Amino acid sequence: MATVALELPQKRASAVPRNVRHDPPLVRWGLTLLALLALGVFIVLPLVAVFVQAFEKGVPAYLAAIREPDTLSAIRLSLLAAGISVPLNVIFGVTAAWAVTKFQFKGKNALVTLIDIPFAVSPVVSGLIYVLVFGAQGWFGEWLGDHDIRIIFAVPGIILATTFVTFPFVARELIPLMQSQGTDEEEAALTLGANGWQMFFKITLPNIRWGLLHGVVLCTARALGEFGAVSVVSGHIRGQTNTLPLHVEILYNEYNYSGAFAVASLLSVIAVITLTLKKFLQWKTKEGAK
Amino acid sequence: MSISFKRPSILPGFWPAFSYTILYLSLIVLIPLSAVFLKSLTSSWSHLWNVITSPQVMASYRLSFGASLVAGMISVVIGFLVAWVLVRYQFPGKALADALVDLPFALPTAVAGIALTSLYTEHGWLGRYLAPLGIKVAFTPLGVVVALTFIGLPFVVRSVQPVLADADAELEEAASSLGANRWQVFRLVIFPIVRPALLTGFALAFARALGEYGSVIFIAGNMPMKTEITPLLIVTKLEQYDYAGATAIAAVMLTASFLLLLAINALERRTRKFMVTG
Repeated sequence: MATVALELPQKRASAVPRNVRHDPPLVRWGLTLLALLALGVFIVLPLVAVFVQAFEKGVPAYLAAIREPDTLSAIRLSLLAAGISVPLNVIFGVTAAWAVTKFQFKGKNALVTLIDIPFAVSPVVSGLIYVLVFGAQGWFGEWLGDHDIRIIFAVPGIILATTFVTFPFVARELIPLMQSQGTDEEEAALTLGANGWQMFFKITLPNIRWGLLHGVVLCTARALGEFGAVSVVSGHIRGQTNTLPLHVEILYNEYNYSGAFAVASLLSVIAVITLTLKKFLQWKTKEGAK
Repeated sequence: MSISFKRPSILPGFWPAFSYTILYLSLIVLIPLSAVFLKSLTSSWSHLWNVITSPQVMASYRLSFGASLVAGMISVVIGFLVAWVLVRYQFPGKALADALVDLPFALPTAVAGIALTSLYTEHGWLGRYLAPLGIKVAFTPLGVVVALTFIGLPFVVRSVQPVLADADAELEEAASSLGANRWQVFRLVIFPIVRPALLTGFALAFARALGEYGSVIFIAGNMPMKTEITPLLIVTKLEQYDYAGATAIAAVMLTASFLLLLAINALERRTRKFMVTG
């Protein structure tokens, strides 16, 4: 009985005024087709072009291009750069989000804006700043030269530039999430006798896990794919300071198109995996927020 | 001082977390960035001025600024259309289309660059149909616009989508019950609601486009005075060991980026206000 009584008013409410938003089928399908066409031409076609051209000379040529020593060393370097910069930015992101969202202090908005700065800076400038600090003519150039330490045109510079461009991802993901979660649960844990670390690992971390993972995925994708910033500090030494995206450029400029697209297809697969994970984690975060 | 700076709380770890945040932010971002301005100050003003106003650099500002502006506007039109369709209509493959919008965020810029170039050269899948019409895209300013539109599109879609989804159906119902036709409802009710979000999306796309490097340099062809973007000139100067010149141009770009960042922050505050009150 109760269910019938509940169903009736609902049906009425949805049946009466909603048709204002119903566009005529011609408009609806016309706009949908136009939008899909735009997405197809601008976004899907470039992705398809990568894979078609990667396999243009057949599967053996594709595999040969990927197994080439320079490609393998580029894969290793890209993984190394991401493997160092992502954990650094995760620690920073969690720490910064903790300070910014769980406490009230002056200058908080300014601090959040400062964290966003790397997103606003051109990748090329992001690389340049480290050349100005650590390069031969930079602030520490002479000292580093005397002690035979190379940062620019070497692996440390690549790691620094990657860290800079991926700096805000985790913090940016966590700040709105932790803001909306408030401090009640943490306060309850403390009142019940938990110490700071117990509170963090049993309350805070489980609450933010999907959002944190989302930030890690975005951060990793960017770290593996960064081109401009890394290009400025790398020096482009094949087999030594070449990341995957830089290797794509070198092959392309040598007119080795199928090789360039083969390496590019690896990066495209990572991009597609990123998109899939992103969708999944967004869905999980939303579920967790409910 | 610490009493007025921070409100008391029983939660632990503020000072370690706050100090580490400031330390890491300073080491990775603030101090290296300040090098651009400090380094610029070490050369003479007249030299700096000559660098940042030389004809080649001026031509690059015109291209970077103009192409970003045009690409931003194209992104606004297409982005609004895509956001509208994704929010308002049901169709097969909608979830996939929605996920694909983010591809330009996820695809490395160098990959996007070579893929777009291959599509738009004279023998490319799209270029071969445009060439007979006399439209050349690859290695022209138009190619720069195409690459920047690819990069800018998701910013507009993702700015507009939540606002459009959040817009109250009652406003449209009220307008139509008062006698407005569908076009009037769109123009007078829906458009004013999404306008701040469109503007934010445009500003985000524009800001990203100004600094964009990887996706542009392949399709641009990089001909001096014609298709050189400003970030490319920084790289060129660095390759010639002209650090002072590269730094001067970088200072101009950074100033533009910071102004845009402030504008975007203000715009986003306005959009949020609109979403709460509207």
